Order: sequence, then structure tokens, then C-alpha cells
Amino acid sequence: MQNNYVFIKIPSYSTNESFARAAVAAFCSSLNPTIEEISDIKTAVSEAVTNAIIHGYEDEVGDIEIQCRIKGQMVEIIIEDFGCGIVNVEKAKEPLFTTKPELERSGMGFAVMETFMDELIVLSEKDVGTKVIMRKTINSRK
Amino acid sequence: MYTIEKGFEKVNLEFVESGQIMTIKLKGDLDHHSADESRVLIDEKIKDEKYNKIVIDLKNLDFIDSSGIGFVIGRYKVIRKRNGVIEIVNASKKVRKILDMSGIGKIINIK
Repeated sequence: MQNNYVFIKIPSYSTNESFARAAVAAFCSSLNPTIEEISDIKTAVSEAVTNAIIHGYEDEVGDIEIQCRIKGQMVEIIIEDFGCGIVNVEKAKEPLFTTKPELERSGMGFAVMETFMDELIVLSEKDVGTKVIMRKTINSRK
Repeated sequence: MYTIEKGFEKVNLEFVESGQIMTIKLKGDLDHHSADESRVLIDEKIKDEKYNKIVIDLKNLDFIDSSGIGFVIGRYKVIRKRNGVIEIVNASKKVRKILDMSGIGKIINIK
């Protein structure tokens, strides 16, 4: 499958976290990923969508846009919210950093995305929103 | 057996009591959405201070992310206040991967 893509738009309800990761996993299945690869993608997507819900929109409901694109054996996943944005992206990416310890946040979301995907880019602007771009090359099962 | 089901997601909680040990069997997905209600149910179950050991059985857990890790650390803090311990058992390979990555094994025994 060459240059296939999908676009999903969901409201920031936490119940949509599982839908988002399942939908992206289903889209990526055409690359014949291993169970570990698909698990990595689901985890990374879950982290990005959860961040958008908890940190991007906090107590409000807004749109989360998910774009997935397959380029050869590489999948690119873009998860974007239009919420409060991140003032200091580098600080937010530090493992164990969280602005919401009272919610039992582990502060590991970006660290998980970085570990489980090949590439992570976080673009954010205060009061505009956050765009997370993740890429992973799938080594198809033989 | 307690089932939390909202929308697309489902997590089952089963509590097995044996003296001062409470075993919590998790089934399904443990993420931010399901962790919120699981937290309430579990904290209600373990509020009796006779429980000094909590075993979290992940044999049938299909998915966990960092919200699930935060949830486990939260229960660790609850039980540590009474000088109790938490143990994680039966994690699958994919669940174990994020447990190991988080470093949670430094404070919680993983078997």
C-alpha cells in the first residue's frame, strides 16, 4: 500500500482514547507489523491523545485531529489539538515532569512516545495548540 | 467482578482476598479513562488497613500506558503509608515493556 492516508477528528472525551489507538492500529495493519510494533504504536497514540485531553483542553472539550499517512514502510502519525498549548516543550519532554501530579500523572507521556516510535516532533504554541508528529518504520513480518 | 465500561473501553477488576493480602486482577485496557474509575473502586476495597500487601495481577491486561503506570504508583503510595507492599505479577511481554521502561521496578516488586 503506497501513500495511503486517513484523517480522524474526535472530541476530547477520554472514552475516545481507546478508539483512537485502535483506529490507528487498524490503519497500520496493512504494513503487516509485528505484535510488538503495533503495541508500540497504540501506546504512543494513547499517550498523545491523553495529553491532548488532559493538558490541551483540561476541563473543556475540543477537537483532536489525527492524521495517519503511510509512506512506503514508514507510518507518520500527527495528533493535533487546539487547546492551551505547551509553554516549554523541552521541559514537558523531560521524563517524570508533570504539571498535574495530583491526578497521578506519571510524567512519562513524551518519554514513552520517544521510546516507542522512531521519531517524535512536538510543535506547540501557547493558546493555539499542540501538534505531535511521530514516525515509525515498520519491518514487516516475514 | 467489577466491570467499568464506557464507550469503547472496558476494564474488569476482580478482587481476591486472602488474609492480609488483597489480589487485584485487571483485565482489558488500563489507560487514563479506565484508571479514573478503577482508582475509586480499588481504594474503596483496600481502605481496610488490615491489608498490608496488594498483588496486582496483570495476566489478562491487554494494554497499559503511562496513565496506567501513574495509577499503579498511586496505589503504591496508598499502601506505603501503612508500611505495606505492592507486587505486580504475570505481566505479558508487551505490558512488561512499559513497566520496565518506566523504572517502576525500582520501587515495586515485579514478578
